[in-house]
Amino acid sequence: MFGKLTLSAIPYHAPIIMGAVAFTMLGALIIAGLISYYGKWGYLWREWLTSVDHKKIGIMYIILAFVMLLRGISDAIMMRTQQAMSFGPDHGYLPPDHYQQIFSAHGTIMILFVAMPFIVGLMNVVVPLQIRARDVAFPFMNSLSFWLTVAGAMLIMVSLGVGDFSRAGWTGYPPLSGIHYSPGTGVDYWDWAIQLSGIGTLMTGINFTVTILRMRPPGMTLMKMPIFTWSVLCTAILIMLAFPPLTVTLAMLSLDRYLGMHFFTNTLGGDVMLYANLFWIWGHPEVYIVILPAFGVYSEVVATLCGKRLFGYTTMVWATAVITILSFSVWLHHFFTMGASSAVNSVFSITTMLIAIPTGVKIFNWLFTMYRGKVRFETPMLWTLAFLVLFPLGGMSGVMLALPGADFVLHNSEFLVAHFHNVLITGTLFGMFAGYSYWFPKAFGFGLDEKWGRRAFWAWIIGFVMAFAPLYVLGFLGMTRRLNHYTNPAWHPWLEIAFVGTMVVVLGIVFQIVQLVVSVRNRERTRDVTGDYWQNGRTLEWATASPAPFYNFATIDPVHEIDEFMYLKEKGIAYKEPKQYRDIHMPRNTPAGFVLGGLSFVLGFGLIWHIWWLVVLSALATLVTVIVRAMNDDVDYYVPAAEVQQIEEARFKQLKETDPLLSGQALQHTHTPVILVHEAQQS
Amino acid sequence: MTTKTVADLSVAAGYSVKEHAAGHSASQEHEDHGHAAAISRTVDGFWLYIMTDCILFATVFTGFAVMSHRYAGGPTGKELFDLPYLFGETMFLLVSSVTYGFVVLAMNRMNKGGVVGWLMVTFLLGLGFISMEVNEFYHMVAAGNGPDRSGFLTGFFTLVGTHGAHVTLGLVWMATMIFMVMKKGLTPQNQSRLIRLSMFWHFLDVVWIGVFTIVYLRGVM
Repeated sequence: MFGKLTLSAIPYHAPIIMGAVAFTMLGALIIAGLISYYGKWGYLWREWLTSVDHKKIGIMYIILAFVMLLRGISDAIMMRTQQAMSFGPDHGYLPPDHYQQIFSAHGTIMILFVAMPFIVGLMNVVVPLQIRARDVAFPFMNSLSFWLTVAGAMLIMVSLGVGDFSRAGWTGYPPLSGIHYSPGTGVDYWDWAIQLSGIGTLMTGINFTVTILRMRPPGMTLMKMPIFTWSVLCTAILIMLAFPPLTVTLAMLSLDRYLGMHFFTNTLGGDVMLYANLFWIWGHPEVYIVILPAFGVYSEVVATLCGKRLFGYTTMVWATAVITILSFSVWLHHFFTMGASSAVNSVFSITTMLIAIPTGVKIFNWLFTMYRGKVRFETPMLWTLAFLVLFPLGGMSGVMLALPGADFVLHNSEFLVAHFHNVLITGTLFGMFAGYSYWFPKAFGFGLDEKWGRRAFWAWIIGFVMAFAPLYVLGFLGMTRRLNHYTNPAWHPWLEIAFVGTMVVVLGIVFQIVQLVVSVRNRERTRDVTGDYWQNGRTLEWATASPAPFYNFATIDPVHEIDEFMYLKEKGIAYKEPKQYRDIHMPRNTPAGFVLGGLSFVLGFGLIWHIWWLVVLSALATLVTVIVRAMNDDVDYYVPAAEVQQIEEARFKQLKETDPLLSGQALQHTHTPVILVHEAQQS
Repeated sequence: MTTKTVADLSVAAGYSVKEHAAGHSASQEHEDHGHAAAISRTVDGFWLYIMTDCILFATVFTGFAVMSHRYAGGPTGKELFDLPYLFGETMFLLVSSVTYGFVVLAMNRMNKGGVVGWLMVTFLLGLGFISMEVNEFYHMVAAGNGPDRSGFLTGFFTLVGTHGAHVTLGLVWMATMIFMVMKKGLTPQNQSRLIRLSMFWHFLDVVWIGVFTIVYLRGVM
């Protein structure tokens, strides 16, 4: 009846796991209770869960990323604690079996359920606003993408309390991940969670490519697109090229596990290195998928908060495009030790080092943008500065790993762990934090608290360096990754430092939560009435109200410049009321995305536990839902011009009444901010 | 409601980039005819989906190529494949592509009966193809040569099966379209759907030519 699922799948003998389960369920219950208390279920359903508005979907993506970040950082704390304790006679508190699941979950969650949702969330919030579009090209598909990602994340959360998670690392290499060595359901949780969210991400790639190529306003040629939009276009193209191989690779592993096939087995012709190659044909472009949008964020932040046009826009675009193409030529550097000939390794070594060139171009472009600019040390800029200092270090350790000779020594060592955390945290994560604090006022209409933002920033920076610099040393001392226990006394102090560093990072996350609470409480003081929160915004997202009305822009006017909003402000026509309003064509909300996400979660759960009737039932229900949705021609409507006029006139009235100190002068001028946000918050 | 004809849609399907370059601004359309622009974007999006599916097949082909000689003591392609049978199977699919061409021609003449009739013919041909494939699979598995027999058969069943699964979904889509055209007629939305199904169906034909050449012809060589 329930396939492999029995009551013994619930690990009630393991207090640590049950504690985590209880904690998670308590959190969910509190949230559900609060929603019931305030009677917000209907509002939640109508305005959020069924919404196809890109701004709301973007916010939901970022909430998902933060929730999963808490799970991922909990895993990190447990690993760091274990490694700090488990030395010599002491074996720590985590049995190897549990420890393996934790490092597998940590990697999977951080890449696929923190970095990806955060990036897709920012893309959603910002890109249509930057290109003066009303929504993305396929609003329903956007909602479906999101709910599939949620379904994947939920499968991982369920694996905490029902059954277990994969022990094969986030990369799931066979034969360890094959049915012979991993007969349980852990690998299947990992597999289907990634599979579901991966399909969602693929649709996001298609969606944003069409949005950017087909929905720009007249006059916005490709080389007049805001740089963040460019980076998202490149990322979307990378997603379309890289995710199908991931889908196939995971499907092949499933076929091996479910139908006894021999793609990656040790017997009857299977080939484990086929898996490694296919996985990294997705996996390497994936790291550029998560870094390019972060580069886009830094480019926007550095131009706005230094009050200068971005230095070398054209070279920035070309560097992004070159990275996009080169990212497909380097996958083999993940396994130089495979035993390919030195000629093969050399080719991949050279292509890997080549990528440092366009990346270097970008770094210099950011530095030259700051040069002679008026640098404003607001939080988004702080994250950018930290990135500019710390990221090149991670990049250079990557160039070291790109040398096959060195890689034979450093492969799978703590040096590698230090390297990829150094690029992913200071590159991607800091970029996401910069984007979060930079565009928060645009999304919600009020700013984030600068004081707590700085505290979070410093805790993160100090914690990051303390947590990961020791890992470089440990790599040189010969420590391999994923160790549950060790006896080398030379490693112990470094691991203790790394533990303290992790706790400081945790402090940073606590400060970020405090920042959010304080900001919500003080929202009247930081209200963004003009829409141009940083007062010298350059691109079009700052031209509309904060938060933007649901149709984003009342009129779709032609665009003249890369920094169109700055151009309009300089000409003094940034806040001109349109002569005439028109009806606006908008997509209707639909529960179909939510329903399909839920069904795919059930489908995944059935597949994991071999509950075949549930699989058939949910697959059929999915098919029926898709057909019913496809038959519906009533998917959009027109907003009457009078309604648009009413909303817009209220905004213009508010603009005229605005406190002149904060925005009156900013309405006309431009390059110098009237007042710094963090100083304004102090007064 | 828009009067955008299917001729425009085909243009959007084939030459959307050119249309863009010629200065037809997408968002200007967006202002004037929201629905029509949305339909033309849908065709663009579907093109991109087909490209991603192309990469998906490329990866499965790669898997097969790596596995193609790993017989592990099991049967080879030469022993398993019945070329005349497969030629018949192939003909079903190729002819179904031609008959789908007649669907589009009938649609361009706004001939609803023609569209439904040719869709049914195409559906039956597709069903014939799938039935022959299932029959082939059934006999191989019954003889003990299932996908778990060897690396080669793993690659074979996965590649041919992935194509077969696509054709099956295409048939479900086609049945849905027959129903929808009968119910609502050749509305712009239905025309857009028929154009997309056309792209999908022809694409599967192209993939099959690859499968036939690389799996079957090379297999018996």
